[in-house]
Amino acid sequence: MTALLRRDLKLAVRAGGGFGLGLAFFLIVTVLVPFGVGPQSELLSRIAPGILWLGALLACLLSLDRLLALDWEDGTLDLLATSPLPLEAALSIKALAHWITTGLPLVLAAPVLGILLNLPTAGYGWLVLSLLLGTPALSVIGTFGAALTVGVKRGGLLMSLLVLPLYVPTLIFGAEAARRGATGMDPLTPLLMLAGITAGVVAIMPFASAAALRVNLR
Amino acid sequence: MSMTEDTATPKRPSGFWSYANPVKFLGLSERVLPALWGLAALSLIVGLIWGFFFTPDDFRQGSTVKIIYLHVPSAMMAINAWVMMLVASLIWLIRRHHVSALAAKAAAPVGVVMTLIALCTGAIWGQPMWGTWWAWDPRLTSFLILFLFYLGYIALWEAIEDPDTAADLTSVLCLVGSVFAVLSRYAVNFWNQGLHQGASLSLDKEENVADVFYIPLLVCIAGFVLLFLALVLYRTGTEIRLRRTRALQAREARL
Repeated sequence: MTALLRRDLKLAVRAGGGFGLGLAFFLIVTVLVPFGVGPQSELLSRIAPGILWLGALLACLLSLDRLLALDWEDGTLDLLATSPLPLEAALSIKALAHWITTGLPLVLAAPVLGILLNLPTAGYGWLVLSLLLGTPALSVIGTFGAALTVGVKRGGLLMSLLVLPLYVPTLIFGAEAARRGATGMDPLTPLLMLAGITAGVVAIMPFASAAALRVNLR
Repeated sequence: MSMTEDTATPKRPSGFWSYANPVKFLGLSERVLPALWGLAALSLIVGLIWGFFFTPDDFRQGSTVKIIYLHVPSAMMAINAWVMMLVASLIWLIRRHHVSALAAKAAAPVGVVMTLIALCTGAIWGQPMWGTWWAWDPRLTSFLILFLFYLGYIALWEAIEDPDTAADLTSVLCLVGSVFAVLSRYAVNFWNQGLHQGASLSLDKEENVADVFYIPLLVCIAGFVLLFLALVLYRTGTEIRLRRTRALQAREARL
């Protein structure tokens, strides 16, 4: 399992800059928002938590098609499916690798981009905490979407259509927690709900992903 | 893979499960369909005419209240269609009956149209009552999310060529989607309190819609249920015949 994790991490870091692309995308989205809504700092600080959450979510989504597609093409997935490691575990590892290479950098970059959007001082801690709790769920749910569409040619758009509705609860609770933190309200309830969603998804989703992948590998 | 292989099994199932045999299913649906169409048309005509022309105007809402005869039944069927797809998907995953997978496939477009009718009539009703076509109210938002789930489900069916793979993957998506649809419902509730009134047709509540509106509404709901059943049976039959045609064409090509 650690070997698989190490391999995925190495591939992500070395293979053609896929590692930094999500971060760059996050930066671009954040920079474009003030152009779209205007530079008033009160408005920006009001929408900052939501924009940062949305940007992180989209950056996560865009890197999903690399998650399984390359391994599908060169046959690594077939090997994984026949290896003694259960496919559920292999997919959990892949989701973890995706989170370390995509989710974690986004979490670390979010406070810096928060400065650009004039995020209130009280909000930084809660923003990072909510992203830290929520982005693993995004990776795990995304793995399911990738497993469903891995057999479809040019399935990226289809995968977005399938995955985005599944992201709704995570986004609602995550952005709500960050928003409440930024405006000085108590963010505990949405944070707990977010943590609950992440825990539940991490526990159950790999089974659905593995089921979908087995069908595709048949 | 031909659809009629099921009949070759030594022990023939009886009762409800025997209709997993496409031949038997088609036979039944052909016998039942004319009656279903007739009953659906009858109850829709009676219910809608009764509702539109023979009920009084509401003392606050005026005649706009009458859109309820389209709005409520379609909204109910939008949810029930998804539940039916969920049950059919489970049957496919557990018992591998092709008819079940095709019934789920057949129900999705009907469900998406019901969702659209509910959203549109809701907008038309909301404009004079709330002064807006759309509000990010929990019920409205949940329906929009349900609509997105339907779109994804149908798109996945269309995208995959092998019918058995498509049936498997859409079934898994339907299961996961159901869980997330319910989750979204509660998340949205938490996120925003709404304009939409609460349930007004519960059997166990004091405050319900007045009887003058209630009875024609029940007739309309019955009409929508019958219409849904007829459409799904009809479309499932079409899907079965379509697949049979493909099997025949494949056999021709091999000879």
